[in-house]
Amino acid sequence: MAKVELKINGKQHSFDVEDRTLLVNLIRDHAQLTGTHVGCDTSQCGACTIHMNGMAVKSCTVLAGQANGADITTIEGMAKDGKLHPVQQAFTECHALQCGFCTPGMIMAVSGFLKDNPKPTDDEIYHGLEGNLCRCTGYINIVKAVKQAAKAMSK
Amino acid sequence: MHTFSYVKAGSIKEAGDLLAANSDAKLLAGGMTLIPTLKARLAQPSHLIDIGGLPELSGIDAKDGKLTIGAATRHVEVSRSAVVKKAIPALAYLASQIGDPQVRNRGTIGGSLANNDPAADYPSAALSLNATIVTNKREIAADDYFQGLFSTALDAGEMIVKIVFPVPAKAAYEKFPHPASGYAMAGAFVSQSGKDVRVAITGAGPGVFRWKDAEAALGKKLAAASVEGLSVDAADLNEDMHGTKEYRANLAKVMTKRAVAKLAAPAAAAKSKGK
Ligand SMILES: Cc1cc2nc3c(=O)[nH]c(=O)nc-3n(C[C@H](O)[C@H](O)[C@H](O)COP(=O)(O)OP(=O)(O)OC[C@H]3O[C@@H](n4cnc5c(N)ncnc54)[C@H](O)[C@@H]3O)c2cc1C
Ligand code: FES
Ligand code: FES
Repeated sequence: MAKVELKINGKQHSFDVEDRTLLVNLIRDHAQLTGTHVGCDTSQCGACTIHMNGMAVKSCTVLAGQANGADITTIEGMAKDGKLHPVQQAFTECHALQCGFCTPGMIMAVSGFLKDNPKPTDDEIYHGLEGNLCRCTGYINIVKAVKQAAKAMSK
Repeated sequence: MHTFSYVKAGSIKEAGDLLAANSDAKLLAGGMTLIPTLKARLAQPSHLIDIGGLPELSGIDAKDGKLTIGAATRHVEVSRSAVVKKAIPALAYLASQIGDPQVRNRGTIGGSLANNDPAADYPSAALSLNATIVTNKREIAADDYFQGLFSTALDAGEMIVKIVFPVPAKAAYEKFPHPASGYAMAGAFVSQSGKDVRVAITGAGPGVFRWKDAEAALGKKLAAASVEGLSVDAADLNEDMHGTKEYRANLAKVMTKRAVAKLAAPAAAAKSKGK
């Protein structure tokens, strides 16, 4: 067993978990934040994307132990004071989700790469979303939402 | 996943001692290859020794014509490093093309070279640039290091500490990514230092290899036309649902020509790709 102490969405937590526990399971089962999804077994779909110390990572491919001491943000931590994050807002307005399964991971990935590249071109958006799959294949509106969010955030 | 004990190493020495004391232990760096392997139950280590956060193993430094990168340096750091961009821009470009942003935020150069996936990107740079793989026990020249499908000269219990790249006069990397996985269907890293040209091909065969006929021809004249009449021997290449041996042989040649064109006129090649 391992003791894992970490901050999730600004709140300090401490868990005793098995050494083989994945970060995504700690988030979903132990912290009971089920907005972070698991869409594959192969580290390819990105549905589990969260921010670990400010960087987008696939939480299904990080051990809870590796996240000891980290500052984690999940989709539940994006809205502030009842106001959606600009990326969430843009996804809503652009109809960038159908079933919504991939959406939390998409939003975490997009908000991650907009920090490094606030004005992405279309090609840069495709490159930035290479780690996220949408089973409903609604990519056109996702790209539209990324552009709208980028514009909103540069204001 | 099978059970294992997770241990965070506090130093290179401690990681080495833990490896020596536990014959079924494995190092964990970025985990981007090892954790999926564990999830598929394709490995059953007794211990995972986490070296991912070791400051001793991380960092980038250029001096005296050599670029040194710590084994636990993440792909994202190499892709953005001003030092790498100045010394060997092709290496920063290569790192920016690995997998996806989330993978680049975790995966490390040492993990990639230790794993030696036949379609990984870094092995081509290490072989073309004639890098030295420095371990906790010795120094290994890239020509002796890569030994085919997922095998390297590393002994059990040996750990990569850093990679030393001699800075070439020019270098370029071009890959044809598999449209789903992003791994190279074929990739060519071409570097030139004086009369010496080295061409390393990844993705096409069971392991990274040097295309020596192309090296000889490009040594005489560094132009895409020099490899026009040559062909990569298809006999030993990979064949699967994504492409035949002959297709991969042709891709390897096309990637080599593109890399040479980029190396001869970097700005023009970038423009013609529309980027
Ligand atoms: C979705 C996805 C897409 C990817 N696409 C690409 C791609 O396009 N191109 C590409 O090249 N790679 C790709 N990768 C692989 C990625 O680059 C990995 O980061 C890399 O192969 C392994 O590095 P790591 O630090 O994650 O190693 P880990 O997974 O931690 O370890 C891998 C192996 O190396 C050993 N090891 C780690 N560090 C050391 C060391 N210092 N000394 C000795 N042994 C060590 C471990 O014990 C283990 O056996 C992809 C991975 C994923 C999940
Ligand atoms: S669940 Fe993490 S990448 Fe698919
Ligand atoms: S909206 Fe259904 S998977 Fe993307």
